[in-house]
Amino acid sequence: MSNIITVNASGLSCPQPVLMTKKALSELEAGRVEVLVDTATSRNNVSRFGENKGWKVSTEEREGGYKVILEK
Amino acid sequence: MDKALTSRHGPWIAGGLIGLIAVALAHFGNPGNMGFCVACFTRDIAGALGFHRAGVVQYIRPEIPGFILGSFISSLIFREYSPRGGSSPAVRFGLGLFAMLGALVFLGCPWRAYLRVAGGDWNALYGVGGLIVGVLIGIVFLWNGFSLGASESNPKAAGLIMPLIAAALLAFLFLAPKFGENAPIFFSTSGPGSMHAPVLLALGAGLIVGWLAQRSRFCTVGAIRDFLMMGDAYLLKGIIAFTVVAFAANYALGTFKPGFEGQPVAHTNELWNFLGMVLSGLAFTLAGGCPGRQLIMAGEGDSDAGIFVIGMLAGAAVAHNFSAASSGAGIGAYGVHVTVIGLVFCVFVGLMFRDRG
Repeated sequence: MSNIITVNASGLSCPQPVLMTKKALSELEAGRVEVLVDTATSRNNVSRFGENKGWKVSTEEREGGYKVILEK
Repeated sequence: MDKALTSRHGPWIAGGLIGLIAVALAHFGNPGNMGFCVACFTRDIAGALGFHRAGVVQYIRPEIPGFILGSFISSLIFREYSPRGGSSPAVRFGLGLFAMLGALVFLGCPWRAYLRVAGGDWNALYGVGGLIVGVLIGIVFLWNGFSLGASESNPKAAGLIMPLIAAALLAFLFLAPKFGENAPIFFSTSGPGSMHAPVLLALGAGLIVGWLAQRSRFCTVGAIRDFLMMGDAYLLKGIIAFTVVAFAANYALGTFKPGFEGQPVAHTNELWNFLGMVLSGLAFTLAGGCPGRQLIMAGEGDSDAGIFVIGMLAGAAVAHNFSAASSGAGIGAYGVHVTVIGLVFCVFVGLMFRDRG
């Protein structure tokens, strides 16, 4: 349960933030993945992807963008 | 309304409305099946500015600055204006240039490819097929770690460049200044460039679509990419609604004319309709979105998307100055050459730009 992966997808074009998230989720059975993004579009895309894969998703604003937190 | 546009239903709601507006613009004066065409309209603007001298395609299409300003205003209102840039700008310029060259071999951007199908122009089916293949090639590069690198946050004022260019274009349209004898601004008196919906109607439509697309992330290339790559039909529903509504509106207005021959601003060369869009689809995929989406991102302050748009403007000039653009009569003398060079360029970019990770 202490598995935490941080993914820095800030500044990357579509669909790279989602691809990086997909890779991180595939490395964990369960745990917590934090994805850093810079635009609302990437925030929404990563959130939607996580929800579709059955992860609990929350987001928070941070300096220069957003942090999307995926937990399972 | 904003809740709907930013919900899971956003893309298809926006797509349907944009399809309806597109057919209305063609009905009120835009060329056939050209309610919206980011490539054609950018080409017309390049002509109006004298960057090329093809006299039949010169007009400052207000839809294009409308997209940028609609997105700019929307992103300010909804706090999504975020100036950024620095992700391989010169490469993005090249991708924009070749995306435009491919689109002008086919005669339309992805938006117009769907609109042509919705109007019964079956030649465009080859274009849509080419688009899908181009996106698929782009997906192979993405699976193998393709990346143009991360952009960085820029000062607030940096994002104003493209909205200011859009405002300047509108000033040129409304004031129609003449910068000398046989010098810009040019306005076609015959051909597709002379056919346009009333200026304020077209500008209003552009602003509304800029807003709809900014909120919903409507993207005609991302739609195919996300579906084929991840089975995500979120954006795909947008282009399905766009095409179906445009078809229904064409049918109701009597402008649905199925067939291959005699279609407006189109040629019947299957191979180059197909390959032109393979090039475009690949270039758009490597750049992260369709030409409409690039305009929307440029309005949000993305300088890299802005550079891509400037690349498209340059590509339009190259296409007509170097006899590479197609016309109703067929492909241009150098259409084959630029398509092949463009494909080589895109494959090179796809292979050379890899994420370190």
